[in-house]
Amino acid sequence: MLSLPPVQKLLRPKSVVGSDVAKEVTSPVLATEAGPPTCYSALRADELRPLAAPKDEGAASTGQPPRHDDLKEMLDSNKDSLKLEAMKRIVAMIAWGKNASDLFPAVVKNVACKNIEVKKLVYVYLVRYAEEQQDLALLSISTFQRGLKDPNQLIRASALRVLSSIRVPIIVPIMMLAIKEAASDMSPYVRKTAAHAIPKLYSLDSDQKDQLIEVIEKLLADKTTLVAGSVVMAFEEVCPERIDLIHKNYRKLCNLLIDVEEWGQVVIINMLTRYARTQFLSPNQNESLLEESAEKAFYGSEEEDTKDAKAEAASLAKRKPYVMDPDHRLLLRNTKPLLQSRNAAVVMAVAQLYFHLAPKAEVGVIAKALVRLLRSHSEVQYVVLQNVATMSIKRRGMFEPYLKSFYIRSTDPTQIKILKLEVLTNLANETNISTILREFQTYIRSMDKDFVAATIQAIGRCATNIGKVRDTCLNGLVQLLSNRDELVVAESVVVIKKLLQMQPAQHSEIIKHMAKLTDNIQVPMARASILWLIGEYCEHVPKIAPDVLRKMAKSFTNEEDIVKLQVINLAAKLYLTNSKQSKLLTQYVLNLAKYDQNYDIRDRARFIRQLIVPTEKSGALNKYAKKLFLAQKPAPILESSFKDRDHFQLGSLSHLLNAKAVGYQELPDWPDEAPDPSVRNVEVPEWTKCTSREKRKDKVEKPFYSDSEGESGPTESADSEPESDSEESGSSSSSGTSSSSSEEEDEEEEEGGSEEQSEDKEGEEEEEEKRKKKKEKGGPRKASPRSVGSEEEEEAEGKKVKKAAGPQGKKGHAETSSEEASASESSSSGSDSGTEAPTVVEAKRRKVIPSSKAGPKEISLLDLDDFTPPPPQPVPSSSIISTSLVTDLEGLTLTDTSLAPALLSPAFGAVRTYELLHRMAGEGLSVEYCFSRRPFPGDPHMVAVQIQISNNTDAEVKSLRVSEPKLLAGMRIQEFPEIESLAPGDTASVVMGIDFCDSTQAANFQLCTHTRHFYVSIQPPVGELMAPVFMSENEFRKEQGKLTGMSEITEKLTLPEKCRSDHAIVQQVTSAANVGRVPCGADNEYRFAAKTVTSGSLVLITLEWREGAAAQLTVNSEKMVIGTMLVKDIIQALAQ
Amino acid sequence: MCFQQKMIHSLFLINCSGDIFLEKHWKSVVSQSVCDYFFEAQEKAIDVENVPPVISTPHHYLISIYRDKIFFVSVIQTEVPPLFVIEFLHRVADTFQDYFGECSETAIKDNVVIVYELLEEMLDNGFPLATESNILKELIKPPTILRSVVNSITGSSNVGDTLPTGQLSNIPWRRAGVKYTNNEAYFDVIEEIDAIIDKSGSTVFAEIQGVIDSCIKLSGMPDLSLSFMNPRLLDDVSFHPCIRFKRWESERVLSFIPPDGNFRLISYRVSSQNLVAIPVYVKHLISFKENSSSGRFDVTIGPKQNMGKTVEGVVMTVHMPKAVLNMNLTATQGSYTFDPVTKVLAWDVGKITPQKLPNLKGIVNLQSGAPKPEENPSLNIQFKIQQLAISGLKVNRLDMYGEKYKPFKGVKYITKAGKFQVRT
Repeated sequence: MLSLPPVQKLLRPKSVVGSDVAKEVTSPVLATEAGPPTCYSALRADELRPLAAPKDEGAASTGQPPRHDDLKEMLDSNKDSLKLEAMKRIVAMIAWGKNASDLFPAVVKNVACKNIEVKKLVYVYLVRYAEEQQDLALLSISTFQRGLKDPNQLIRASALRVLSSIRVPIIVPIMMLAIKEAASDMSPYVRKTAAHAIPKLYSLDSDQKDQLIEVIEKLLADKTTLVAGSVVMAFEEVCPERIDLIHKNYRKLCNLLIDVEEWGQVVIINMLTRYARTQFLSPNQNESLLEESAEKAFYGSEEEDTKDAKAEAASLAKRKPYVMDPDHRLLLRNTKPLLQSRNAAVVMAVAQLYFHLAPKAEVGVIAKALVRLLRSHSEVQYVVLQNVATMSIKRRGMFEPYLKSFYIRSTDPTQIKILKLEVLTNLANETNISTILREFQTYIRSMDKDFVAATIQAIGRCATNIGKVRDTCLNGLVQLLSNRDELVVAESVVVIKKLLQMQPAQHSEIIKHMAKLTDNIQVPMARASILWLIGEYCEHVPKIAPDVLRKMAKSFTNEEDIVKLQVINLAAKLYLTNSKQSKLLTQYVLNLAKYDQNYDIRDRARFIRQLIVPTEKSGALNKYAKKLFLAQKPAPILESSFKDRDHFQLGSLSHLLNAKAVGYQELPDWPDEAPDPSVRNVEVPEWTKCTSREKRKDKVEKPFYSDSEGESGPTESADSEPESDSEESGSSSSSGTSSSSSEEEDEEEEEGGSEEQSEDKEGEEEEEEKRKKKKEKGGPRKASPRSVGSEEEEEAEGKKVKKAAGPQGKKGHAETSSEEASASESSSSGSDSGTEAPTVVEAKRRKVIPSSKAGPKEISLLDLDDFTPPPPQPVPSSSIISTSLVTDLEGLTLTDTSLAPALLSPAFGAVRTYELLHRMAGEGLSVEYCFSRRPFPGDPHMVAVQIQISNNTDAEVKSLRVSEPKLLAGMRIQEFPEIESLAPGDTASVVMGIDFCDSTQAANFQLCTHTRHFYVSIQPPVGELMAPVFMSENEFRKEQGKLTGMSEITEKLTLPEKCRSDHAIVQQVTSAANVGRVPCGADNEYRFAAKTVTSGSLVLITLEWREGAAAQLTVNSEKMVIGTMLVKDIIQALAQ
Repeated sequence: MCFQQKMIHSLFLINCSGDIFLEKHWKSVVSQSVCDYFFEAQEKAIDVENVPPVISTPHHYLISIYRDKIFFVSVIQTEVPPLFVIEFLHRVADTFQDYFGECSETAIKDNVVIVYELLEEMLDNGFPLATESNILKELIKPPTILRSVVNSITGSSNVGDTLPTGQLSNIPWRRAGVKYTNNEAYFDVIEEIDAIIDKSGSTVFAEIQGVIDSCIKLSGMPDLSLSFMNPRLLDDVSFHPCIRFKRWESERVLSFIPPDGNFRLISYRVSSQNLVAIPVYVKHLISFKENSSSGRFDVTIGPKQNMGKTVEGVVMTVHMPKAVLNMNLTATQGSYTFDPVTKVLAWDVGKITPQKLPNLKGIVNLQSGAPKPEENPSLNIQFKIQQLAISGLKVNRLDMYGEKYKPFKGVKYITKAGKFQVRT
């Protein structure tokens, strides 16, 4: 085997001599590694060394930019401080956007560096350049793979994070496995990281979608706040269409929401908005009718009003009364407090949720919070104002009380001013228009001319919308016509034109006034507007119009195109109405236009000439020319550009841009019929049912959540005290909210309460049945390791809630809190209390671990260090760094899909459960055990045995512990910590460690309860006495060569039909023994390696598959007994 | 292959002269040339404040913020709530501020490695990961002069070697194992008056924007409750995540386990106008004469309803119309400057003594021949009043549970002018 240290030793003297040499020597080694993997795997260690030498010269000639040589030298040095300095400089280069990719080989070597900061910076580099240098990037993978197995959760998480950030398609299978495994990790932090990794993998290879959805489904069921936000984010990116995955988690998400971190809240709220739109009925379906009548009533007499109301009431009565789904209410209630968040994005998310989902009467609550955001940074203001503008069109009343908050300051940026103006205009109505107009008057004198122009337009809109003030506005605008600023005048002209169109007859004076302006106004749009006005209403100003045309004809050639078109227009209209005076002028203008540079104008001239001037050729249209030109034209409607923007989900990028952005999820319309609400019912285990029944009777006020939080306090060492305090506060405060919410819901409860209750009971019965079924199923399920874990969680949770239920029952007083609230609470309580479950389990685990556990190992997040080896990586003591680069590489070259599982997770194969104490023998106490195949945290020489104790009695079992172990010489046992009590029906899971001394002798001990002692024994299958070793093919051969003769056992066997695939063989072998797969060049050869746990002797397994069913199994091990037994076991496993 | 990538893709930091001085990519690299769209928009906007925060380009969306003369431009590929990105970018800028004392180009360039490490921790695959300053400071220690000296000698690093425990606990904002010899808790109640006063001196709009900034240096895991004499005053409150919302709802008591160090506990608003006392008044006479290329300027500031406290730190800034060439003024108190380029008049008044009201008076020189400016400038006033919360808010008591020691507690009140504008 080639280990790195010799190479480095070899190189180091040279690298001191000159940096060039260092580069030349190192790069070929790595270059070879980067080459086609198969070619490399064929190389032997002894071949490699000579290879390095000739290539030296070649590298020099290809030559990388010399300026990085010093960096490479520093990276190759063995001083961390030099490496760090080099990495800092490289990162600075990356930050500047300079290309540092040629340093990849030199940097990637340091991935296993002990110094945390160097390591972190290497990660930064790796993530940046891995995509460009895929082959070289593979070198680092195995470091992370090892990190994934670290006992420290933070190291596992960080390894997964970096691994999943390397965008190299080849490692997709590895990532997939890593994610799957991390998704069932004990630590919620690791699970969170797994959730983060899902979109990364998905973007790398979308074919993994189905598998990823499975993982998402699993993580959605997670009950911790830490995971919730991240998994919903993954859900939104991978499978937003799979709304069905949310059903079962809906209530839990609603209840967890307030404790999720801010960013997660935003994602969850947005997703729930979409969900609610598909699952609930519109709360405003009846009100939409009311709304119309209300609008009518505004102008109508009182009598009409009452009549309308009666009619309305009658029609409403006919319709099915709308009752809000309790789940819908739950969502609204639980998001409301988040309006107080300091995070603008959260506030906006809640605001849009209320806007899209809440009954009209309740939407108002969001206004205050949105107005608060206007005090924030100008970018926040910009986005909020856009959304307020849209909302204020639909629900004007909501923002009316805050009108003044939208007043404009001269210091506001123009884009903010214009948006505020938009909102003010939307809010204008008959009652407040005078205030608003007075405010507008101030704005018109502003120095910011763009803003003034916008104000004039706003005034125009107010004038069209509110008839009462039309004349006032018009007069005001006419006054502006004498403004000194041309822009202001021009804008006024345009707006006046629009206003005049509404009632032209009364305003010939204004038209005359404007005709005079043509001498002064130069802004094309304004000139064009005036000309159009005069042409359109030439009959009102018969004397002036021809004169204007005369002036225009004179300056025609100098006008802008839009003005020219209007001149033609005016000429045509005048020709039709007053041909006597304007005939020649018109012809002159048309002639000028005929030779204009712009083809539009030439076309228009030609067209108009044919139309209006009667010639022989001109057709029938001539007769209708007057009708064509002087038809009544409808007045333009001045409306907000924000109208109808609410078909985009508010707060979204698409809404802001008013265009569908890539990846935008359409907000669905409300369904006509509500989908079945029972899909959201969660199977409530028995214990909650009891308590919820109790609750129904007693109406206990104290919510579960805080209670269980308090209970869990003691398990969380540091946080325990404040937590229990928070419990008190939570409980006392909940009374306040429940009372306030009950006020809101009184109405609905009266209507729907009784129904719900009966429904609920039905639901419970159903659930009970389901649960029974589930229990039956539970048996076989235990075979898989994951289900063991999950049950562990369930049980822990169950136990806790039981504890919680006790004090609650006692405290109960008869009180009438809302039925619905209690229903939702009871359902939530299950999930909520679960939040703590994993931590508890973990805490238990922690207790199992003896206090002697190596402290320094836990020190850092990024310490992926494998040099202080955890048990499953026994490394030959001579070559300390052997597990690093070169070995990794060899292992990697063959990393194909089928190989990956074995490499990654020995614990992944099916784990068998054995019975320690039968239910009958144990008088109701049943104990099972399995070999978890994880390293036992306290002692590397021990085999970890996971023990699962279920209490099937009716009484509590107290002080469960191990005592009086009877062991053979040398065997040791690490007992699990005493279980103080186990409630009836509960299950506890603990881990103990046993050092079997590499023998299959049983470990005998007593399992004691407070009343009884049971003699039990654990006999390990030989395959469990070992832990997998990662080695290369070369290593394997070398070691195999040492273990011949007596140490080699060979057996022939025939493979049964179903065991003739690679996958099946690997699976059977790894299930029979805890071994790791070794890469192998030959097709029909399978190699596995392991080390015995106690003595660390190698066990090498070779399976040669000959033609057909024939195969030969060879086991090499210096422990002959183990070898023989292993052969037997494996053959048995394969024969099955 | 389908690339559905959400959230923040890349970040570019751009200075005012248009140099990209830092780039960071969380996914595949996006070329710097994408910033050209941003520059285009910037050019169109003329003023930095008017660069639209969201720009749509053919393949990406750019969402940017402008902070401390730096543009933070993020590249987005798909639909994402814009506020989500904007809020996050501001959080990044806040973190830089927190770490380096200032969020400037030089500070970022000098600490580029720390900046990179921070960005790496704050965002994973474009999704925010650790944004709490307490957690970040555990992961990456902020630079100090002392530490950089020590580091250079001992070769140790800025990267924390302890586990960021906060990330795992259910109170992520507080780190574990905090220890102080002097246990102190300080609360600054800072109220800002936002007001628009019209020409005649009547109040068009006024409200109070208040915050309580805290500096908590307490050992262990203290659980604090802060109560007010008159909590009903607070109209609209937003909370630091540490505050137990339900407790506030029911009892109007702020109950929380504080983060370690400086943080903003709550911000609130008092909006009913009759509650807002305006502490100063301004008498002004600004007029431009037709055809004489000069004008008069006469402004007096006086105290009003100041509840016995002195108004200090008074500064008045005025954006004069473009036609103004120069100003010849005399101030009875303080000093004034007029910048003929930006046309900004700044008058640093200082303290107002009711006996002798500060006045600024003189002649305005206008560009000859130019028409007289139509508009009168608005006056922006700043001031400060120590030891007074203008809304009348008073902290009643602070109780601590969960720890044995007796902390030192301090509350400070201060009132300032926020966006205080007098129209003339």
